[in-house]
Amino acid sequence: MILLSVGTQLPFDRLVKSVDQWAAAHPEVEVIAQIGPSRYVPKAMDACDFFDPEHFRELQERCTLMVSHAGVGSIVNALELGKPIIILGRDHLRNEHRNGHQISTVEQFGNLPGIYAARDEQHLIELMNRRDLMGPASRLSADAPPEFLDHIRECVASARPMPLWRLLWRAIRDR
Amino acid sequence: MTLIELPVQKRRVALIASGGGHWIELVRFARAVSDHDCLFISTSTGLRAPFGEKPVVQISDGSRDTIGSLVKSVMGLNRCLRAFRPDVVISTGAAPGAIALFLGKMLGATTIWIESIANSEELSLSGRLAHGCADVMITQWEHLADERRHIHYLGRVL
Repeated sequence: MILLSVGTQLPFDRLVKSVDQWAAAHPEVEVIAQIGPSRYVPKAMDACDFFDPEHFRELQERCTLMVSHAGVGSIVNALELGKPIIILGRDHLRNEHRNGHQISTVEQFGNLPGIYAARDEQHLIELMNRRDLMGPASRLSADAPPEFLDHIRECVASARPMPLWRLLWRAIRDR
Repeated sequence: MTLIELPVQKRRVALIASGGGHWIELVRFARAVSDHDCLFISTSTGLRAPFGEKPVVQISDGSRDTIGSLVKSVMGLNRCLRAFRPDVVISTGAAPGAIALFLGKMLGATTIWIESIANSEELSLSGRLAHGCADVMITQWEHLADERRHIHYLGRVL
């Protein structure tokens, strides 16, 4: 089963439509999609606006391939579960997001093993056609690295609160 | 000299993140504060706290596109933070997290902002807002750290 997800905040019709068309051409493959507020109405996929987080987690565990917008949540979940993932970044120039951070995410994470960055819709389809050759992502543990946890633990135990006016003054002074 | 292991002083820690990636990043380091009394707050429905008995408090999702729900989200945050009286407020974003830091600061809490790993080119708008009320400001990208501006790099959630 292939699982498509585009987050829950913003529509991503370009991705939903491309995957739906691929699904129509491959009726033998089950495709399930969480499409958020996308306007395009899928015809060949089993689609839903929003899956309950626990049900969504089950779908992620069951799928053999994830296809997703370049959201950190989807990428981290794929790495945690060791599933291959194809990502397409939301392009702010097409009003698919408020800014271009997903394009940077594609650049930063697109080269990791198991993460396949699609340049555009055409490339996405090519990648989906090659799904049988895709290796899983290298599995990530459920927790951040121990050093990061230690830093946070230390901050919580020892950082002292400063009054708001001092923080604001500091932020303005050191701009 | 004998070293005496002092027990961790239990603090009340509020952890806030919007649903999706922000929440997933928050959960990845939440174990660091599991010795404390923790309250998790998010905008998504049906989330389960990574540990503890308390359910995740759900607040309305405000982003900068939707002023109405942002107001509701401020009221929800204000209510639950006043009741919890946190010693520490931690957020990974987005807009409701920045508001939580401000409200936490008004209640005298220590405030910690951890910028999402998604923001690799510049600080997010929420991050820039939170900067004015964060005691500790953390980025997950080394090139965005700036000691002069008190923006620190301490590693990543991945």
